[in-house]
Amino acid sequence: MNTILPLTLTDVSVRRRGKRLLGPVDVIMGSSGLTMILGPNGSGKTTLLRVMHGVERLSGGKVEWSVGQDEARHRQAYVFQTPIMLRRTVADNLRYPLNLIGIARKEIEAEIVEWLARIGLTPRAGLQATRLSGGEKQKLAIARALIRKPDVLFLDEPCANLDGAATRDIEALLQTALSNGTRIIMTTHDLGQARRLADDAIFMLRGLLHEAGPADAFFNAPQTAELRAFFRGDIIT
Amino acid sequence: MSDIYEGLVSAFWLVVTLDPDLVQISLRSLQVSLTALFIASAIALPFGTFLAIRRFRYRRLAISLLNALMGLPPVVVGLIVYILLSRSGPFGVLGLLFTPTAMIIAQVIIITPLIASITHQAMRELWAEYHDLLISMNTSSGQRIRTLIWDGRRNLLTASLAGFGRAIGEVGAIMIVGGNIDNATRVLTTAIALETGKGDFALALALGFVLIALAIGINICIHWLSRTEREGRW
Repeated sequence: MNTILPLTLTDVSVRRRGKRLLGPVDVIMGSSGLTMILGPNGSGKTTLLRVMHGVERLSGGKVEWSVGQDEARHRQAYVFQTPIMLRRTVADNLRYPLNLIGIARKEIEAEIVEWLARIGLTPRAGLQATRLSGGEKQKLAIARALIRKPDVLFLDEPCANLDGAATRDIEALLQTALSNGTRIIMTTHDLGQARRLADDAIFMLRGLLHEAGPADAFFNAPQTAELRAFFRGDIIT
Repeated sequence: MSDIYEGLVSAFWLVVTLDPDLVQISLRSLQVSLTALFIASAIALPFGTFLAIRRFRYRRLAISLLNALMGLPPVVVGLIVYILLSRSGPFGVLGLLFTPTAMIIAQVIIITPLIASITHQAMRELWAEYHDLLISMNTSSGQRIRTLIWDGRRNLLTASLAGFGRAIGEVGAIMIVGGNIDNATRVLTTAIALETGKGDFALALALGFVLIALAIGINICIHWLSRTEREGRW
């Protein structure tokens, strides 16, 4: 099947109430791997992610996929920093996206069984999703996003406020998705996680793309003083 | 106090002996109010949800109007429906005046804004919670409305029960368009008004107690059937 990538952002900017939140930004996202978006609070990471996903209104520029916008929207998924659970059971949360695209019931049930096992929630399939722990909710949110087999998965700090075990489980899920060919673009504050997962990385500062490159060079030989300061843990604004 | 005591005793005997008139009037009350509730809910639940999720030019005006219509005086509704259905009115040819159908029409007009307004309030909160997720999943408007109605069904149950409470207790409009005709359009509320007018307070009170018991019974049944408070936090 053809891919919806590359994703091209040209001169993209976002302004709200006269304040510039993002841009102008030009970037091309290739067809494979995991891109990590890093930067201090308020640097525009989440806005950039939402722009790419098409849920943020642009003030200027354009976002283009290799296919039409409608098809591209159907073939991507987004996981929020605070997982949004439908007020349904765990299994019904997984069933929901499959029902939207009208898959045969037998196939849906098989997918649900497989994903419940994969995220370790089989015994809790009938429980209301709102009653899960934070880590379980995030795993369920990621499974709900991946169950549609999207070409691209966007994640906004998926491991924020999670403990080590939950973070490890989520990273394992992402590694599996990567090996299955899903393109991942995510933001994080966790430099260790960024080093573990990233194939390439972007450093955002004051709404601009400050530095970008393959993970090796990005983490081992940063080009700008700001990125070096960020890696040292200095406070930069 | 003795009137209330006598009313309670009368109510007890009317119920225990399954008084035919009481049974007929009670069943007609339920038939009219539940039909009105079903029709009003079919209109108001999707409309209230639609108002919660869609932005359009006169949305605020529509919401203000809806809230204002919650206080619609039933007597005025009854009068307007009467004029519309009377022989010289635009729908006179249908011959609906002084029939249970006319009473249902009046009750639908009275309770639809109430149900829609409560639905809008409840769905607005749920939409704030679901907004990003459903937008991100590229859902259509129809899918969003169906999702919100399903996931917010317990809140919507409250909206519908509020509508039922108003419908079953309504007297002004149905008296005008129904005419309180024995064996045809007499319901509990109009019968209570009639017995009070005749000075038979014990029977009026008995009917009143039956009306209250019916309203409470229906509420309990619906809550029980919809498994409210059984499935954890909503």
